[in-house]
Amino acid sequence: MSKASPAATAFAPIVEADGEAPAFAAGECVRISVRFPVGHYRVPHYIRGKLGVIEAVIEPPAVNNEEEGFGRNAGSKRHYYRVAIPLTDLWEGYAGSPRDGLRIEVFETWLERV
Amino acid sequence: MAPDREIHDGDGHDHDHNHAHDHAGVVGDVMPGYFDIMETAVRELLVEKQLIGASEIRRQIEVLDSRTPALGAKVVARAWVDPSFRARLLADGRAACEELGITFYDDTGLIVLENTDKIHNLIVCTLCSCYPRPVLGLPPDWYKLKPYRRAPSSSRARCWPSLARSFRTTSKFALATRPRRSAIWSCPNGPKGPRASVRSSSSLWSPAMP
Repeated sequence: MSKASPAATAFAPIVEADGEAPAFAAGECVRISVRFPVGHYRVPHYIRGKLGVIEAVIEPPAVNNEEEGFGRNAGSKRHYYRVAIPLTDLWEGYAGSPRDGLRIEVFETWLERV
Repeated sequence: MAPDREIHDGDGHDHDHNHAHDHAGVVGDVMPGYFDIMETAVRELLVEKQLIGASEIRRQIEVLDSRTPALGAKVVARAWVDPSFRARLLADGRAACEELGITFYDDTGLIVLENTDKIHNLIVCTLCSCYPRPVLGLPPDWYKLKPYRRAPSSSRARCWPSLARSFRTTSKFALATRPRRSAIWSCPNGPKGPRASVRSSSSLWSPAMP
């Protein structure tokens, strides 16, 4: 019986796991989720529900530290995104320049496509 | 010569303060607070159960004590005079610091943000007291206080709440899994040129201009 050489073996295309590839790209508009889970979360209240623009996808992907902090992380990773939000959108009556902005890194599970 | 007076041979002067007399012992005059007691209790338990040793604690204190804003100033000054270093620093802060012998004792990365004539970056700790300790040492206490955390509501700057981002994939200590962000700090593009000194850690992350 002849063996197929590795080069001749046909492989099915690799299918990436959920969350392996970034869900958002730079330039996309996103909304920060409005959720209030009990615990130590790294999404300040003042950005929840706000619209922002993805400025950068942060590599490499990271574990969900909200889960990790409670010892629940199973090892799967997703991306952080650097999101830009104008300060005028965050603070009513903000007196500074409309170009002043916030840059914040938000984990993928907190971002919604708009 | 008075009996309590001591003259060293050969150094040509006398020392008018010696320790032939007693000083009052150093005692704490404030009762430890809740978190002081908690920290002591947890530390003693960890040592007692042999999960960590007293020498490891002392070593880590020595590590932290050896990190000061002077290291950050060295990095900034180098970036001012060496454009290729500056480019590497902005691309990968940790690797560039390591070039200068500044080691990172854990798995955190370092993101460096460059101030320009038009953009002043302000790094704000949001929730978890993340701070580039390998490069700057311990943060000033006010860095973690609420008035400073509220800075994004009033500062005229590009604000970067510094959120924890863990690069760890495994960890053996629950405390160690506290995700630490890597640190962001600014590389002031100072008008004074490479000889300008960076006066305080504040200018490195950076409510103050150097």
